[in-house]
Order: sequence, then structure tokens, then C-alpha cells
Amino acid sequence: MFAYIVRRVLATIPVMAIVALFVFSLLYIAPGDPAAVIAGDQATPADVERIRASLGLDRPYLVRFGAWLWDILRGDLGTSIFTNLPVATMIRQRIEPTLSLMIVTLILAVSIAVPMGVVAAWRQGTWIDRAVMGFAVLGFSVPVFVVGYVLAYIFALELDWLPVQGYTPFSRGFFPWMENLILPAVALGSVYIALIARITRATMLEVLQQDYIRTAKAKGVGQRSILFVHALKNAAVPIVTVIGIGMALLIGGAVVTESVFAIPGLGRLTVDAILRRDYPVIQGVVLLFSFIYVLVNLAIDLAYTLFDPRIRY
Amino acid sequence: MHRRNLLKAGAAVAAASSLSHAAIAQPAQNRVLKMVPQANLTSLDPIWTTANITRNHGYMVYDTLYGMDADFRPQPQMAEGAVTSDGGLRVTITIRAGMKFHDGETVRAADCVASLARWMKRSPIGQKLETFVDAVEASGDRQIVFRLKRPFPMLTAALAQVSNSPAFIMPERIARTDPFQQIRETIGSGPFRFVPAEFNSGSLAVYSRFADYSPTPTGRTSLTAGPKVAHFDRVEWHIITDASTAAAALQTGEIDWYEQPPPEIQMLLRRNRNVVIEAVDPLPLIGILRFNHLHPPFNDKRMRQALLPAIVQSDFMSAVVGPDPSLFMENVGVFTPGTPLANDAGLEALKSPRSVERARALMREAGYTNQLTRLIGPTDILAPSAMTQVGADLLRRLGFNADNAFSDWGTTVTRRTSREPVERGGWSMLFTSFSSFDFVDPSAHFPLRGNGTNAWPGWPNMPRLEELRDEWFVAPDLDAQKRIARELQTVAMDELPYIPVGAYMSMTAHRRNLADRVKGMALFWGLRRT
Repeated sequence: MFAYIVRRVLATIPVMAIVALFVFSLLYIAPGDPAAVIAGDQATPADVERIRASLGLDRPYLVRFGAWLWDILRGDLGTSIFTNLPVATMIRQRIEPTLSLMIVTLILAVSIAVPMGVVAAWRQGTWIDRAVMGFAVLGFSVPVFVVGYVLAYIFALELDWLPVQGYTPFSRGFFPWMENLILPAVALGSVYIALIARITRATMLEVLQQDYIRTAKAKGVGQRSILFVHALKNAAVPIVTVIGIGMALLIGGAVVTESVFAIPGLGRLTVDAILRRDYPVIQGVVLLFSFIYVLVNLAIDLAYTLFDPRIRY
Repeated sequence: MHRRNLLKAGAAVAAASSLSHAAIAQPAQNRVLKMVPQANLTSLDPIWTTANITRNHGYMVYDTLYGMDADFRPQPQMAEGAVTSDGGLRVTITIRAGMKFHDGETVRAADCVASLARWMKRSPIGQKLETFVDAVEASGDRQIVFRLKRPFPMLTAALAQVSNSPAFIMPERIARTDPFQQIRETIGSGPFRFVPAEFNSGSLAVYSRFADYSPTPTGRTSLTAGPKVAHFDRVEWHIITDASTAAAALQTGEIDWYEQPPPEIQMLLRRNRNVVIEAVDPLPLIGILRFNHLHPPFNDKRMRQALLPAIVQSDFMSAVVGPDPSLFMENVGVFTPGTPLANDAGLEALKSPRSVERARALMREAGYTNQLTRLIGPTDILAPSAMTQVGADLLRRLGFNADNAFSDWGTTVTRRTSREPVERGGWSMLFTSFSSFDFVDPSAHFPLRGNGTNAWPGWPNMPRLEELRDEWFVAPDLDAQKRIARELQTVAMDELPYIPVGAYMSMTAHRRNLADRVKGMALFWGLRRT
């Protein structure tokens, strides 16, 4: 197992290198010039050129890529063109809100979606099943930002139960932290809940047809035990896989959700950086997201061994 | 049950704790102002970048030797006064005693000299001033001496100018930074000090009242002139990019002020009795249609003039601010309506009956032969985007062979610097808007320049415009300036470096309990909670 983990961690290096090359190249050929944005309307071409030179943007592609890669290898993600702050500092400022949002969403989604899927499979063909599947279709169909606006309108503007926007760090207490995360997490989780509920239902339906389930029933095992101990554990591998794949969904959704609820997270940092052509920030954040995604998939692969003893690394 | 209490109600201990904190915090909350600014604050150096949001940040943190009042008259601010001698070739400005920077150091003339030296490298009016200057020197701790090659009557106006990069005063050690590099510290002598530890670009910028700030004892508070008295201990700029979210936050009282709500959001906010909608600035912003003068078809003056009969300024303006005629102005020339230099010379071409047919006929006479015409414009900036959409429709109705290229602002800004012909990625025309301050006079009026390849994108080569601009800088009095302004507008409406497409009011929204807002832009002195 340990050797497998080491192998997988080492395998992330070429993956990250390819991501780095891809991101850098994409930004290099993308239109837009931060120097022109900075210089403003009255700048002469010479002014723009001087700013471009001061930012090192006039250097050839390979020189810039080499310098950036060398900095990365030394653990330096660079400095924001606009704010003059280290990219690592900007990421550090933004990572807590995004991780908080993703963790709360994940917990919320799994704790709602898995029981929903299990119950829908157990009551296949009944109104409960149809209601769960109807909810799943709705969750897939309605964009995250629409869900966000509706929730904000009802629970913040009309009922005044929760704040409309913002983020309170966890260090200021659990309840203030949670207050700001409930609506965004529900909005972001709607797609995720739909996805997990559907997969859970489909997998559970298959497992519930298995002989050992029939045997358990014949032995008089309780319904709850059959569903959550015998069936769910055997249905867990595909569900866990979907949860892992869904992390990409969460990262993408976080960009929209953070904008709607004005959460100062990595998603908004990415969008702002793209709009301004703040290359070092874009590169740093994309690398970070890629790294998180690779790590999550590794964790998912390792989690398989917990649910299926036949899987060995 | 209301927010803040919902979760606390589920945990009695937490609720009790929170209530006691809330009770203590209440008066302090009243001394905090929360505002959603017009854009994200990215750069903190108002000399390095010309972004309006950074200029506004500059007015929080820095002070200027002279302030500009609402009538566009420079007034002493850090300066106590100025003495002109040697037939206007020597100007000595004395700064007030006892002013301090946020790091506790006393403001000295040497700080001002270093700050002005950096400013003169980047600000257009500063660059102009530099051509008149032999030397700017400190004489003792409180006197700044300008030794001039020729008299420069606009000196104090230049030091007070509000457009883009004002002449902010920084400590000498910071002001010695290369003007093309960002400063690394934000230390000024203005009414608020910046709190770098809480700065999170894209989310939050925090300012605290500078207790040692000494407001000018003279004049009345007006635009950037007069005493700058801060009534809030703490000002927070919350960056909320989503307009609906910002509006909801204003309605619930989570924020006090939303600087630039878009028109559709203003309609929503008007229904809320706790919210006031008013003009940020009593003067309007101006929209323009800029031509690329380097390539066909608009390198031909007759082609530019051909468009005039088809320009309906109200069409462009109602696309920007909606149909309410009180929010926009027509028959707008090259200077900001309501300011001293605004006039009606040469505007007949915009006032005569409008006719697309007439414009088509003029296009034919000018020899338009279906050349490819590319309109570029942003999709993510409200006013230019709206004007560009109307412009695209106009091009279609006029029968242009139009290839429109709309993109985000960053791409548009880059694309407009291209001097290539349309076939090689260049452009033919674009729409954008400028603040009232930019068009008050010729000093910072970039689209009115005619200095060819050094001009603002579009690059018109119109020497007469340059001659008149130079004359304006040395005009002895306002009457002379007005005469030059009339001639400038006459030449501009004939040569058409651009076509004015109207002026519109920029509206702001704040909670009704805010009073005494200083008009002009987002300024935070004078403002108080009632």
C-alpha cells in the first residue's frame, strides 16, 4: 500500500508538469495584455512598452516559461502583476472560504443524497422514488446561480434569516462561519445531491437484486440493516467514485457560487485574474486546483480498499 | 426569527455569548461604513495605474497640495499658499505646518518634490507641466520652488486635477520608486490610513480614520477641496461583483453604500424606502464613438462626417441608462455639459434633423465601396457595451460591411492598441465613455488630441487641435480659455477625431441614514450617519 501511495504521488509530478505547460501556453497565446490594462487610457505606446518590460512580459516564451518553472520548483508561485502580492499569499487568503464551501457542500450533499438514493431504490416505483428522481432532474436542470438567487431572495431578503453575502472565517466561531455558508452550500450542492442520489439509487437497485440480500432477508435481518450495512457498503465503490469525480463539478460550481454570494474564495480569484490577465495568479490557481484534483482522486482510490476488501494495491 | 439569530437560537450558550457581544459592538458598528465600490481594487498605486478605483483609493490615503472644488477652481489643500515671482517664472508653494504621514513622519517639501517628480512622468498634465519646468526644488522643510522656462498659469490647476492620476503626495522614500514600477507601501497623509493586513484584493479593502490628520483650516468641503473631516472610524470596501447580490446586501443593511448599481438594479432599489438613489456626480459622463484614423474607411474625413446625420444621441444614452430623459443629455459637444468650457460651437451637425438616408447618401458621395469595417467593444462594461450594441445596429442600418468583434474588457483594451488594418486584426471604430473630469478641459482630454501616432487609440493627426491645446495651457484667463474651447470644438466637429454620442448621469445608491455625501465621486470625508 505504501509503495502504491508513493508511486501515485510521484505520478502526479508529470501530470502537474503537463498541466503547467498547458496552462502557460494557453495564456501565452490568449489575447489580452495586462500592460495595456494597467497603463490606462492616456498611456502612450512607449508607456505601455515600459510597463510590459518592467513586468517581464516582453521576454520570449521559452525564457518566461523557464523562469516560471524554476520559481515553481523553488516553491515560488510568483507575484501578482496587479496587486504586487505574492500569489501564494493571495491563495492563502482565499483558500479557507473555498475549502469551507466545498467541505460543507460535500457533507451536506452526501448526508442528503445517499439516504435519498437508498430510500428511492428501496421504494422503487413508489411516489417516494418518483419524488427523489424528480428532485434529481430539477437539481441537474436548474443552474447553480438560479438556485442561489432564489435561496438568497427567500432566506435573506424576505425572511431575513441568513446573510445575503460574505464570509466569516471559522476563527470567529462556528455559528457565524456556518451562517454565511448555508445558502451557498445548498445552492452549490443541488447538482451534487442530484448526481449522487441518482448514482446511489441505480447502484442500490443492482445490489438489492443480489442473492446475498435475498438470503439476508430470509434470515430475518432488519430492513435498515439490509439497506445500510449489507447493500450500501457493497454499492459504495461507484458512489465514492462519483463523489470524487464530482469534486471537479464542485470546483467549477464554486466559481459561480462564490460570485453570487460574494465569497472571497479561489473561484472568484480565478475569474478576476482571468479578466485582468493576471497571468501568475491564473497559473498558480490552476496548478493548485489540478493538484487538489489529483490528490482527491488518490484518496478515492485508497478509499476503495475500505469498502471492498478484494481491492488490493 | 431573523438572521444572525437563526443558528444561535439552536444553541443557547452561543446565543447568549453573541448577544452580549452584539450589545457591546453596536456603537462601534455605527462608526463603520461598508461600501461596494465600482470595481475591484487591484493596484494600490494611483500613479502607476489610471484605474478610477485606484484614484478613489488614493483620495482616501493621500492628500494633494491643491484640491479642486466643484466649480473646478483649485484651492489650497496641503498648501498654505503660493507666491509667483520673476514674471511668472518662479512659483513658491508653502505647505502647512504640522502635517504628518501615516507612519508618524512629518510631511516635508522634499516629500512633495519627489512625489511631483514621479507624477510628472506619468500624468498627462504632469507631463505637460514638466515641459515648462527647469527645476522643482525643496527650499527648507516647507517650501517647494518651481523654476519655470515659461509661465504656466495652469500650475495650481494641474496640482489639483482630479482626472486619472492626481498629484498625490507620498513620503520621499516611496515616491522615489520608478514611475513604471508599483510602490510597495501605502503611506500617505490623507484622512484615512490603509490597513494592509486586511487587504484581500477582490474581496475587502479596509481604511481606518487617521487621527493625526489635519484638515485644511480654510474653505468649505467641495469635491477634493476644503476640510476633509472623516466621521467614520473605519471604512470597508466590500468587492461584490454580482449586482443582484450587492443590491440585496444594500436592502438588508449589510452594506451602507453601493457605488454604481446598473439601471435595472436602480429600478429595484427605488422601491425600497430605506435606500436613496442619486447622482454620484452632478456632472455627466460622456460617451464617444472613436474612429481609427489610420485605415479606410474612416481615415477619410468625409466618411467620418457621413455618419453625423445618423447619430441620435438619445438612442445611445437610453441604451446606457434607460428611457428616463432626466438621466441623460443630448446635443453634447466635446466638453462636459455644465462646465465652464462647454459650448455649442459646431454642434449644428448633431442638432439638425436625423436621417439614416442622408448618411447613406453621404457615404456614397465619400466613395464607400463596401470596405470591411470592424466595430470592437467590450461585453462586460455596462456603458461601452450598451453603446456598442446600438452602434452595431446603426452600422447594419447604414449598410456597412461590418464585422463586429465583441469581447471582454481586457481583450478590447489590447485589441484597440493594434494599428494594423482590419484584414490583419485591426479595428475601425469603438465606443467608450469618459468621466466628467476627463472632459472638463483639454488637459486630460485624450480623444481630443491630434498628435498622430502618439495620440489615444485611433491616432488622428490633426495639428490644429494640438496648437489650440497648447494655446489653452498658457491662456491668461477663463475668457481666453473659453474662446479657445469654442474653436477646439469647431475644429473637432469638422475633423471628427471622434463623435460625441451623448452624456449620462452615473447613479449611486446608499442607505437613507447616510448624509452629507461629497458629490463628484466616491469620497468618504464629510459623509456621516444620521
